[in-house]
Amino acid sequence: MPQIRMVTDMNKPIIQIQDLTVGFSMRQGVLDVLHGVSFDLHRGRTTCVVGESGSGKSVTARTILNMVPRPGVINGGRILFDPDGTGTVNLTALDPRGREIRDIRGGRIGMIFQEPMSSLSPVHTIGSQIVEAIRLHRDMDKKAARQMAVDLLAQVEIPEPEKAVDKYSFEFSGGMRQRAMIAMALSCQPDVLIADEPTTALDVTTQAEILDLIKTLQRDVGMAVMFITHDMGVVAEIADDVVVMEKGHVVEQGDVDQVFSAPRHPYTQKLLRAVKVLEEPAPAKVRALDDAPPVLTVEDLSLHFEKREGFFQRVTDVTKAVDGVSFSLRKGEALGIVGESGSGKTTVGRCISRVYDPTRGKIVYGGKDLAHLNATELRNSRQQIRMIFQDPFASLNPRMTVKQIISEPLIANRICAGSELEDRVAVLLREVGLDPGMMERYPHAFSGGQRQRIVVARAIALEPQVVIADEPTSALDVSIRTQVLDLLLRLQAEMGLSFIFISHDMAVIRYFCDRVAVMYRGRIVEIGETEQVIGDPQHAYTKALLSSVPLPDPALRGTRQRHRYRPEVA
Amino acid sequence: MSDGSVGPKDTAHPPLRGTGDGAPTRLETSDAGTAGLPADAAPDKVAIASQWQLTWWAFKRHRLAMLGLWVIGLLYLIAIFSEFIAPDDPFKQNRRAVFHPPQMIHFIDRTEDGIQLRPYVWEMDRQRDPETLAITYTKSGEKIYLRMFGPGPEYKFWGIWTTNIHLFATVDPREKYFLFGADRLGRDMFSRIAYGTRISMSIGLVGVAISLVLGIVLGGLSGYYGGRIDMAIQRLIEFTLSLPTIPIWLALAAALPPSWPIYQQYFVITLIVSLVGWTELGRVVRGRFLAMKNDDFVIAARLDGASEPRIIFRHMLPSLTSHIIASLTLAVPLMILAETGLSFLGLGLQPPAISWGVLLKEAQNILSISQAPWLFIPGGFVVIAVLAFNFLGDGMRDAADPYGH
Amino acid sequence: MIWRFILKRLLYMIPFLFAVSIVSFLLIQAPPGDYLTTYIAKLGESNEVLDQASINNLRARFGLDQPLYVQYFKWVGNLLQGDFGMSFEWRQPVSDLVWERMGLTVCLSFATLLFTWALAMPIGIYSAVRKYTLGDYIITTIGFIGLATPNFLLALILMYIGVVHFGADVGGLFSPEYKNAPWSWAKVVNLIEHLWLPVIVLGTGATASLIRIMRANLLDELNRPYVDTARAKGLSEWALIMKYPVRVALNPFVSTIGWVLPNLVSGAVVTAIVLSLPTAGPLMLQALLSQDMYLAGAFVLLLSSLTVVGMLISDILLVLLDPRVRYE
Repeated sequence: MPQIRMVTDMNKPIIQIQDLTVGFSMRQGVLDVLHGVSFDLHRGRTTCVVGESGSGKSVTARTILNMVPRPGVINGGRILFDPDGTGTVNLTALDPRGREIRDIRGGRIGMIFQEPMSSLSPVHTIGSQIVEAIRLHRDMDKKAARQMAVDLLAQVEIPEPEKAVDKYSFEFSGGMRQRAMIAMALSCQPDVLIADEPTTALDVTTQAEILDLIKTLQRDVGMAVMFITHDMGVVAEIADDVVVMEKGHVVEQGDVDQVFSAPRHPYTQKLLRAVKVLEEPAPAKVRALDDAPPVLTVEDLSLHFEKREGFFQRVTDVTKAVDGVSFSLRKGEALGIVGESGSGKTTVGRCISRVYDPTRGKIVYGGKDLAHLNATELRNSRQQIRMIFQDPFASLNPRMTVKQIISEPLIANRICAGSELEDRVAVLLREVGLDPGMMERYPHAFSGGQRQRIVVARAIALEPQVVIADEPTSALDVSIRTQVLDLLLRLQAEMGLSFIFISHDMAVIRYFCDRVAVMYRGRIVEIGETEQVIGDPQHAYTKALLSSVPLPDPALRGTRQRHRYRPEVA
Repeated sequence: MSDGSVGPKDTAHPPLRGTGDGAPTRLETSDAGTAGLPADAAPDKVAIASQWQLTWWAFKRHRLAMLGLWVIGLLYLIAIFSEFIAPDDPFKQNRRAVFHPPQMIHFIDRTEDGIQLRPYVWEMDRQRDPETLAITYTKSGEKIYLRMFGPGPEYKFWGIWTTNIHLFATVDPREKYFLFGADRLGRDMFSRIAYGTRISMSIGLVGVAISLVLGIVLGGLSGYYGGRIDMAIQRLIEFTLSLPTIPIWLALAAALPPSWPIYQQYFVITLIVSLVGWTELGRVVRGRFLAMKNDDFVIAARLDGASEPRIIFRHMLPSLTSHIIASLTLAVPLMILAETGLSFLGLGLQPPAISWGVLLKEAQNILSISQAPWLFIPGGFVVIAVLAFNFLGDGMRDAADPYGH
Repeated sequence: MIWRFILKRLLYMIPFLFAVSIVSFLLIQAPPGDYLTTYIAKLGESNEVLDQASINNLRARFGLDQPLYVQYFKWVGNLLQGDFGMSFEWRQPVSDLVWERMGLTVCLSFATLLFTWALAMPIGIYSAVRKYTLGDYIITTIGFIGLATPNFLLALILMYIGVVHFGADVGGLFSPEYKNAPWSWAKVVNLIEHLWLPVIVLGTGATASLIRIMRANLLDELNRPYVDTARAKGLSEWALIMKYPVRVALNPFVSTIGWVLPNLVSGAVVTAIVLSLPTAGPLMLQALLSQDMYLAGAFVLLLSSLTVVGMLISDILLVLLDPRVRYE
């Protein structure tokens, strides 16, 4: 009976990875990146492989298709593939360039990659790339294959598939490109879909849509999905089974509920703890007084970028990066600005610090409008309003020592010199939790978290009133993230700092900020107390944004309604 | 998803991502930032290593580049000490040594007294075929002994000190030896090449210095100010690049009166030659400046209150210098080739000036070279110098950014 | 879209050509004195003396007494009507002298360009795909030496080998019997038989640099994620390399015409002088040396225009090949 047959098939894994060892041969010898990895993939189930960068999850995925990147070599173990429950093929034993593995690639096992921009050829149309995938595995003429490509694009919900099929990848947004990739991977109805961090490069609302799409397609097609991610929230959202990897080892695997409710391995516990901490406001937070006076008021701030072309530099296009933003920042308060890429949140921060000159509007600080300052006044205001950057690798000059970097604002503003300078730098380093003995070192000797502490030290060197922190933690690992946030909280309490805290991450905002402004396409759509905005969002976009954030608890899966925000104005 | 809960109580962090304006995040923070640095240096040493130390470490691993460095060093030694290295006066004509073939220096001397370590060459006798009048040289069987730091023709070192000490001299001052043979006037090719090295190698350097000024000023202006200035300079660079260089050079060089003294010729030829080098350099400088202008660490310096000159000279230029030096190194061979080509055509330096190109002009006559193929030797020097500069430049370009990810 | 681009690009050429004409004119004017000075000096050698009146007469006839800009506009105005002026030295219209030589120059340059591409592309691809193999090392080494050897030196060495080992003079573009013969099919065949040597001499340097460019471009492209995508589709290794990374690496390769052509035209001048080819080079050199200004000016102008046209061709090819450029 077919139903029983189905059940037996379901129980038998479609792919068994057994004791897989992969090494990279280097000049110094072979460096193992996978040490005896074993797990199974099952029909109709989603297996999430989770781990931080360097854990070997991507290498595992590529090894399944026998596409180990050079100079990697498979040193042991096997990958048994059992597509129809009749017999198994050992994928690692196949010739990586041979006919057999090529029939499996794209035919039986589809794969999608992390970077939707660079994973599609820039010089071929989307359609031709899908048609190629179809015709490689199916006996079909060009016309029929093209029609099938159109149908596939419709299936992955790309609008106007008839037109989209003749477009190039760079004419699409990131989300649309990833949809096209999925269409291509699904073109031959594979038994297994491998997705290598397919949503990492996308905004959170787009990510939610792509996750929904993958879930729906899996239900419809009944394939096995191997989903690679580093994000426990995404895992909780879509996984049936979880495999946790660390440094080339599988440290824990099991059912998603079991892994989330009773993690056994310390590494899994650490990952989950780091996510859980950011579930609520920081315990150590000192809140601003309700009647604290405003230190900074922004009124109707706008910045339009003009695209100029030709010899006469005619203006051919205007982008409204910031479009009439107003808010005020109270003394000792942390105001969050949250938004997705292109929302203008970073630009607002850079207007206030006068990296950009605003097109219109006022920035009132200490009774003066920062938008119209002369050079001397600007220099004074920049001493009081400091900035922390996102990327601690790019914001520290690699050619200067830590001492030179931190003393730069002190020297430039003629605050101190000589041995006094050195003492001051030592104090600052201690203040941010670094050993003053390291001041002669160059930034390359520090880890990301340490570098961000150096950036903080430079920011507070002039004892400012306001700090603009532009995604200060998004380049850091989850566990280090909270450490840096706690440091900022301590400094805020000690020095009475006011923060403008820019982030795309609601959890970080919730941990750190008293109030939050939600930005969308250059405007603030909602502003209010953080807990209130999160608990009871008013604007449709805020609702969509909040409902897209994955919940790091599989038990809550499906308990909330997903909002989509489709503004009329394109 | 049916129960329409108003909003989620719990939120998690979205994945790592670029900032609001689309810059992709590309770092890991799990380990210290020393990845990609040489493993042989102790961690503490790496921690306090400046950019030049890191660059040098990266450069040293590039074997061809190191070879290039040695060869260039040797060539410049010859250029600096050419009077001392040349055994003879390069202008001294010798009718009895017309097209004298090269003589190998032997070091191990076997005589009746046993084996001795002292340099000598075999003496050559000149014969004229009575019918064809062709001149041939044959070994006479006599040895001409050489000594180091011996006296030879008198010269003024750098035009300052008068001396007669040469690196290699014949023991008997009346005898001569021709390491690279002699030309149609019996002048010693080796001495001429040594003198030519001075001019050819230095034209490269001086030309590059001029291009450097042009390139940095124009490229820097273009990159730093942008807008209309950038536009105009960009067009100028495009235009210069689209011109075929040699016809232009020829036309320019043809305008030089041949009666000018050597140093004046030298200077103007260098100027002409450097007209090609600056465009590439200008492009490099402009590109880097444009990119760096919006780098976080430059913005940070501006917010620190650093003045514009301080930003340019203290924060931006140090990151540029290694790239500039690499581009300069790659520009030198272009200059050498250009000078060689011009002089070869008779429009560059004119005799009595000596450069590799002037020497190669002698090889233009097919009859001469079929009789004396050693006239090609200056060409060998050109090829070796150009190769060495290319190797060196490639290595420097690879090592220029030791902080690559 | 494409036609608009080509039209725009054509319009863009006008200021370029204008600038080229100014540069050419200034170069011609740069030598101290003018043709008459040289002419008088020459007459002086044979003890002929011109009286002031006839000098002034000549000066006026050639327009040499007018201000520079008038001379320039007169020159350009005539150019537009196809009149390049008179050659003082040859006492013939310049246009009679230049066209055949320019035709051969164009022929030589494009033959070399084709040769260069035909050679550099497959070798570059091989070198990149088989990175760090013996073949790659050999190619890289030869490439480096090719880059470092000046054209004229290579020409000399080949001539030397020809004379010493084969006893044949390998210079020229035609056998003696065709040199002054009118154009015929046999003359074309004869030209092709002679063309290979200058093509090799000229093409070596350019081929070497194009191999390096192709190799570097392709090495970049081989590591792109879209190559993995194609591989994961099940494409065979060879098919996917040719269809994706090679196709993408071709775009910057095509845009190299822009600077390869000026280099070839430059190199052709020197090579032609060494190999005594009847192309633009030797005549231009002669004209420059005797300050035959209209003739030299015509050559500088035409050679520069040739490279401007080369840039145009490469831009148009690039637009046809690369949808990203079209999209902008």
